[in-house]
Amino acid sequence: MPVVFIPPPLQGLTGGRASVEVEGATVRELIENLDRTWPGLRERLVEGDRLRAHIRVAVDGRISTMGLLERVGAASEVHFVAAVSGG
Amino acid sequence: MSGRSYRVIGTRPIRHDGADKVTGRALFGADVRLPGMAYGYVLRSPYAHARIRRIDTSRAEKHPGVLAVVTAADLPTGPDRLLDLVEGTLPLSYARANVLARDKALYKGHAVAAVAAVNRHVAEEAAGLIEVEYEPLPAVLDVLEAMRQDAPRVLEDLRMREFGELADKAGNIAEHFRHVLGDVEKGFAEADVIVEREFRTVMVHQGYLEPQSATALWNQDGRLYIWTTTQGAFSAREATAWILDLPVSQVRVTPMEVGGAFGGKIRIYLEPVAALLSRKCGRPVQITMPRRDVFEATGPTPGTFIRVKMGARADGRITAAQVWMAYETGAFPSGQCGFGALCMLAPYDIPNVLIDGYDVVVNKPSTAPYRAPGATQAAFAAESVVDELAERLGMDPIEFRLKNAAREGTRRADGLKYQRIGCVEVLEAMRDHPHYRAPLEGPNRGRGVAMGYWFNIGWYSSCTIAVNPDGTVNLVEGSVDLSGTRTTIAMQAAEVLGLRPEQVHPVVADTDSIGPTAVTGGSRTTYATGWAAWEAAHDVIRQMKQRAALLWEVEPEAVSFECGVFRSGDRSMTFAELAERLEETGGPVIGRGTVNPSSAGGSFAGAIVDVEVDPETGKVTVLRFTSVQDAGTAINPTAVEGQMQGGSVQGIGWALNEEYYWTPEGVMLNSSLLDYREPTALDVPPIETVIVEVPEPAQPFGVRGVGEANIVPPPAAIANAVYRAVGVRLRQLPMKPSALLEALWSKEA
Amino acid sequence: MMKEKLRVQATINEQPVEFLCEPRQSLLECLRDILGLTGAKEGCNDGNCGACAVIMDGRLVNSCLVLGVEAQGRRITTIEGLARGPELHPIQRAFLEQGAVQCGFCTPGLILATKVLLDRYPDPSEPQIRRWLANHLCRCTGYDKIVRAVRQAAAELREVRA
Repeated sequence: MPVVFIPPPLQGLTGGRASVEVEGATVRELIENLDRTWPGLRERLVEGDRLRAHIRVAVDGRISTMGLLERVGAASEVHFVAAVSGG
Repeated sequence: MSGRSYRVIGTRPIRHDGADKVTGRALFGADVRLPGMAYGYVLRSPYAHARIRRIDTSRAEKHPGVLAVVTAADLPTGPDRLLDLVEGTLPLSYARANVLARDKALYKGHAVAAVAAVNRHVAEEAAGLIEVEYEPLPAVLDVLEAMRQDAPRVLEDLRMREFGELADKAGNIAEHFRHVLGDVEKGFAEADVIVEREFRTVMVHQGYLEPQSATALWNQDGRLYIWTTTQGAFSAREATAWILDLPVSQVRVTPMEVGGAFGGKIRIYLEPVAALLSRKCGRPVQITMPRRDVFEATGPTPGTFIRVKMGARADGRITAAQVWMAYETGAFPSGQCGFGALCMLAPYDIPNVLIDGYDVVVNKPSTAPYRAPGATQAAFAAESVVDELAERLGMDPIEFRLKNAAREGTRRADGLKYQRIGCVEVLEAMRDHPHYRAPLEGPNRGRGVAMGYWFNIGWYSSCTIAVNPDGTVNLVEGSVDLSGTRTTIAMQAAEVLGLRPEQVHPVVADTDSIGPTAVTGGSRTTYATGWAAWEAAHDVIRQMKQRAALLWEVEPEAVSFECGVFRSGDRSMTFAELAERLEETGGPVIGRGTVNPSSAGGSFAGAIVDVEVDPETGKVTVLRFTSVQDAGTAINPTAVEGQMQGGSVQGIGWALNEEYYWTPEGVMLNSSLLDYREPTALDVPPIETVIVEVPEPAQPFGVRGVGEANIVPPPAAIANAVYRAVGVRLRQLPMKPSALLEALWSKEA
Repeated sequence: MMKEKLRVQATINEQPVEFLCEPRQSLLECLRDILGLTGAKEGCNDGNCGACAVIMDGRLVNSCLVLGVEAQGRRITTIEGLARGPELHPIQRAFLEQGAVQCGFCTPGLILATKVLLDRYPDPSEPQIRRWLANHLCRCTGYDKIVRAVRQAAAELREVRA
């Protein structure tokens, strides 16, 4: 099952858990399922039908450009990180 | 070197824009000349913090030769949105306020009004006739002071953000983030040696030689045409359109050649102002910043306060690292502290990490990215502590780092596992380099090392390739060429097509002429736009195979293409021969490629530096410098070396001499190239380079961006070298002569 | 508004040139805004970066520190005057072959500085080269490949003159 790492500021919503296992084939599905168990997470991560502007999702160490649409494998690690770039 | 053998990749062709650059023909922003062009001048606040009570432009408007005057009143006010900047997002209201101050001047140099006139002298004269009534306010200039609840408030409506959520806390703290791995308390309990130190760095500037310059024509066809020096035509288009409340498609941005940028030319400053002036007077308006304004009113890099605590066992394994860091962002929020946090411990596999970081507004110019933004300051702190730990453990500094080196699968501070990276390879190259083993004799001489990292970004790029009848191709792409990427991109297409680099004609197009392409920055250009060119080249081959199939009356699947030749059975045609027959087989062939790759594995860099300290004057002379970096695959080694050498010398300047020197009132005293002391040819030795190649698996040629990581190690490497030279550890940048002397005198006392 | 203009006659890139300028206009401004020679660049306008350098009567000068009216009767060479017809000057070629050009903004001033250096000292040592070029800031290259380019050009020119 995919593992989702919870950013420290949001761990209050997951009872202090730093990571949780949750089903889903896309990032969208993961968040939907997460929100069922830990209400309020979705609102912190999603705005409308996209990830919030300053948040990116990384699947298996690669920061995705497809946000909620990114596909997730059965053994994937998923992180939510602040959007970063360069100069 | 990488395992594959290439014909073009790895060679050193002359750049396509070379002749233009050495003959003075290349056109930079201020070289634009349009019929009827007027010149603009920006009036700026003399105060670091002041309420703007009244602006009276009437005398200026009447001055002979003046064509238009604008203030923030001419900017739209519309509903607020989040503007996508490279380093995060910025509320549109802040972006507008930075372009022309509305109610408050927030830093000395903040734009307040602008004049367009028949020549720049008249414009400047007229600006002096604009009457501005200021009510000076107390300014806050220090990052720690600004964090206090009783500090003067820079932005009245600013509340702290934490992972996107607004906290109730109002003040000057714009953002707080936290990274946690494992349990640092447990980690420190396991340590046999702990080092905890505090570091300070001051604001510095990217120091590009070419000042910002923008020309705007608000045309009578309703479209706004901009010619500008920018790292991103598309990002400049979007920012300009949003600030002026125009549909993005109504704006065309033509990127000119850029005289250096290093992250400082992503934000826009002049474009909307020139546009407003042009709209008012009906003529094109060009504004070029005087050098003083470049320092005072563009985007320098944050000064910082960083506390690092690291612990290690006697066997050399680091057990824990804890960081508290605060970055000043200037007058508006800008998220560079987070980048520093990601990079500072990147070379190490540390199981227990806690990082708390703050971005804090102060009454200084709004900061912008500078080559690996945020990382150099943070590495100065972390790599100095690592050096001290190694010394306390009696270990060689490189061996200590190898013992703790990050590898594929190691977790970064933000929890992500590394993909394939070249940290170990870079360290080994440093250890095995003759420089590291060369004897260094003489008093007050010492050698230091340090590591650096930048995560490099992916992001979107577009490319088209059109085939000419003579077998050459026209390659159109949208990545502004700062340093030779039009050639490294052309080389990747040439490799696929079996052509020589000079048979590819690359063009950097304006925003009407090519698909959207993200900024030239983040070390993404050779990586991502090269990838788009690779896609476009393969699309060309696909189509040309179909044409060959038509001519030979076979199925396209029966046609192969290798080393520039199409074959089927015993028949063959070169690329050029087939190109000549395109017209009769269906018409022109144009290949296209677009990409939006995820971030790549990033690039590690290392520096070995020998210094000599003059105990009389405090001057630090850099005797020898070796830069090592993982390029993945070096498309054009000359270009890669150039990046390493340029970044290294910027790092040397940052380490030893560069600083914004402030009065207590928040005025920069040294806003000239005389007193803001960038390295000259006399200040630096030859920069030896070693290109390590650990190919990035995702990119077609294994490219890793190299533009940034090389600036990160020098300050720490030099600090570590100074320690070995004279026995003092400097923990503030710059390590200028007075700082050395004070440290030496304290040591004696 | 219209300050009275003065007439200036000079030889620029071996061509006789005549122009009108205000007394307050620098030679840099005249070259760029009146004569259309935009190869000389404005980096600082106060003589501290070398991007505006031109050769005047055989001497390297920062054109931002020279008034346009001071060009009266002088022979001036700008970057546009270095190449001969379709051929690049050996210094220009050396800069390209050694990778000494990145953004290219400092390049015109540097190339002219190199010309004056090599006209005077055909076989300069590396310290001499670095000292000579010390008033020409380059932020992109770190100077390493520039020094190599100067040495390559020096060697080639020595051979040509021999």
